[in-house]
Amino acid sequence: MERLIGQSVPRKEGLSKVTGTARYIDDIEFPEMLHGVTVRSTIPRGHIKEICFDSGIPWDEFTIVTAKDIPANNYVALIINDQPCLADQSVNHAEEAIVLLAHPDKYLVEEARCAVRIDYEPLPPIFTIADSLAKKEIVWGQDNIFKSYSVDKGDVDSAWADAAFIVEGEYETGAQEQFYIEPQGIIARAIAGEEVTVWGSLQCPYYVHKALVPIFGLPKERIRVVQAETGGGFGGKEEYPSMIAAHAALLAWKSGKPVKMIYDRAEDMVATTKRHPSRTHHRTALTRDGKFLAMDIDFVLDGGAYYTLSPVVLSRGTIHAAGPYLCPNVRVRGRAVATNVPPHGAFRGFGAPQSVFALERHLDRVAAAVGLAPDELRRRNFIQQGQTLAVSQVIREKTDMNLLMDRAFEACDYHEKRARFERENAHSIVKKGIGFAAFLHGAGFTGSGEEYLASEALLEATPEGIVRVLAGSTEMGQGANTIFTQIAADALGLQCDLIEVLQPDTAYVPNSGPTVASRTTMIVGGLVESAAKNLQRTLLNSGLLQPGYDCAAFAQACREYTGKFGTLKSFVKYRQPPGLKWDDEKYRGDAYSAYGWAVYVAEVSVDTRTADVCVDNFTAVQDVGKIVNPMMATGQVEGGVAQGIGLAIYENVVWKDGRMMNSQMTNYIMPTSLDVPPIRVIFVEFPFGVGPAGAKGIGELPLDGTAPAVANAIAHATGVDINRVPVTPEVLIEKLEPLYA
Amino acid sequence: MPECPRGGKVRVSCTVNGKPAAFEANPMARFLDVLREELRLTGTKEGCGEGECGACAIEMNGELVNSCLVPALQVEGASIRTIEGIARGSTLDAVQQSFLDHGGAQCGICTPGMILAAVNLLERYPHPSEAQVREALAGNLCRCTGYIKIFDSVLGACREAGPPR
Repeated sequence: MERLIGQSVPRKEGLSKVTGTARYIDDIEFPEMLHGVTVRSTIPRGHIKEICFDSGIPWDEFTIVTAKDIPANNYVALIINDQPCLADQSVNHAEEAIVLLAHPDKYLVEEARCAVRIDYEPLPPIFTIADSLAKKEIVWGQDNIFKSYSVDKGDVDSAWADAAFIVEGEYETGAQEQFYIEPQGIIARAIAGEEVTVWGSLQCPYYVHKALVPIFGLPKERIRVVQAETGGGFGGKEEYPSMIAAHAALLAWKSGKPVKMIYDRAEDMVATTKRHPSRTHHRTALTRDGKFLAMDIDFVLDGGAYYTLSPVVLSRGTIHAAGPYLCPNVRVRGRAVATNVPPHGAFRGFGAPQSVFALERHLDRVAAAVGLAPDELRRRNFIQQGQTLAVSQVIREKTDMNLLMDRAFEACDYHEKRARFERENAHSIVKKGIGFAAFLHGAGFTGSGEEYLASEALLEATPEGIVRVLAGSTEMGQGANTIFTQIAADALGLQCDLIEVLQPDTAYVPNSGPTVASRTTMIVGGLVESAAKNLQRTLLNSGLLQPGYDCAAFAQACREYTGKFGTLKSFVKYRQPPGLKWDDEKYRGDAYSAYGWAVYVAEVSVDTRTADVCVDNFTAVQDVGKIVNPMMATGQVEGGVAQGIGLAIYENVVWKDGRMMNSQMTNYIMPTSLDVPPIRVIFVEFPFGVGPAGAKGIGELPLDGTAPAVANAIAHATGVDINRVPVTPEVLIEKLEPLYA
Repeated sequence: MPECPRGGKVRVSCTVNGKPAAFEANPMARFLDVLREELRLTGTKEGCGEGECGACAIEMNGELVNSCLVPALQVEGASIRTIEGIARGSTLDAVQQSFLDHGGAQCGICTPGMILAAVNLLERYPHPSEAQVREALAGNLCRCTGYIKIFDSVLGACREAGPPR
């Protein structure tokens, strides 16, 4: 049979999605279900003096929950437990949850939400990285610092004296909304003192499970989390669903009735996490011939009001800050700081898009200072197999950034266009530019993360010869169901329709770790492959199945095996490949077991009258190892590039007093069908590592390089210095001012 | 005008996916809610509630509309088509099949609205250019695909339907 890995197998659950029968959380109803809403703080920081319930609402019909109703612990467990489930004495950001209400009438409960008034004694807030670092107010811990890391290689301080060039720059990125089209939502059922079950739109069922256990003080087996069909996540449904699940479950616990809590778009946008805003300072030393001597990088993320996942986001951003380059002396100082805005969180790329934007924008400026073309500067410094990254990781896998650059430049005719645009721009009002970014992205959890997660997967064969994949990894559009099916079918020599992927439900599926970090195909897919091979070996060793079997013989063997032994299961647990070492104290070693490598090229037009930027063409060349499903992999890249274009030129979160002001689809602008360019996606396949057939991670990679490629193209078109994204027309028109003079 | 029996609710009769349907609702209730809650047709999705995202797109008398912006009252006598009325029995419409073949659906939440917009376009222009497809889908937001595979799906559905006539 032809191998299934490498084929564009259609989406496993596709039929239900194109016919409208797929059941998302808001499509699910229970008898006697109540609708839950959240009353949130309107101020960024202060003490809660009083909660008042205005007259005119039949409050006795409502279930009302405050911090006092929490059965056990008032925190949302994640890394540390500083974030309350419901604010009690004080609030540390606007939109912090204080009171929960539930009622059978979803319109009345909305009226009631507006009739709860909170009186505060305000405290002075801080909203910016600069104010947090300056300790204008101490709003978290001793010094507002959630976490700091230091990556050190060589001796940066002694390198400046020998430098022919020293180039400095500072770069910023704004918050970005994940903007899954399905808003967040949970349904909870509970029996007070006994058990809690939640269904939801979520990425990580076991994160929600972990959070609910301490809140209700129940044994683990009394908490059940089920993923409903999920309408996009992109990181936005990584940690926040734990909060909503806790809220819905508290209302269900108190009312004794099922409670549905669906955020509307505005609530979702103001209250849930976004991409961390960042500020990066670069100081780079080079030799006369443009080789890097030293990189000194200071990388800061605005974490918002609570710890949440910020240290982990910071870790990835810090490690990616020096890019796919060889430099003998590197120092990266990473800090995540506290402010009084809603906590920022996971968003596809997870800190890397921020630090990669800074580096790749900076290197175009470095190239100009050194007098080299931007591509020539990169070519002189690309890391090669066997060389050592900033985190002191020796690159063991095959890597060829020059080849990726060649492929990208050939595909889009980079050199011809760069020269032509420069010629033509002198006389044109609409100026064209072409720019690129070169970057890498580590797949899976950082450092010892995968070893610590020790993810599990289970395969089970039925007497009918159907093989079920049981994994905690969720399908949220990225294709996990289909990829697992292909991997299992391939390993077992079966057709895809004999594989079932079970809906993630903590009552049945093992913990495969969170569905994040570009790890599902590589890490969990690898587990599925091992489990499938074990299952096959069990049948072959039993003598009930002979090599060269077909589907009918496989079914026959399953029937006989289960008849004889009861069940046929294969359980596997992740083991770190030998030779990988990570030192968490010194922050050095094998940061990731495999990397994706890429060169992305953007072509833009800038109308100098309106400062409107249009991305005309995009070329994305990458090596992410073996491609399991070309159609889906291409779809991942195209979707990621579109989100990256949003980050680059459209998506601007407007803040006022720590609150998001443009919380509507009308005024938060994401790319539409008229805004995306043709996207040329090219895969160069160098299989490597623990993934099935050498597949590496792909999901996050496209977010890293798109924004800097677009920003470099805008700078090329206009000659203006771009040091912040998004480059909205309002920002660009001021920078274009000298052109009009 | 529809009769107004009690409690400020109106009784509305219409045709949904070729079958007669009737419901009682507040005259200004969003037809999206009526579809999902009264008629239990949950294939039509809500993404924004303000007519921006197109997840709730349906056909009303052959016109593509966002059902979150349609008051229940306005549906009296109308002919409505939703995602549940696109396939003919178990036979998928060419657009639905093409979304499967070309990877046009990822998370699937925008897909019903996208398919309605695409079907509506192809009924007006059986062989649209890519520019026409982009224009026709501009009111339907997708965050997963970057739209490229959706364009492929819509254009692929025309090829399935045969050459230009």
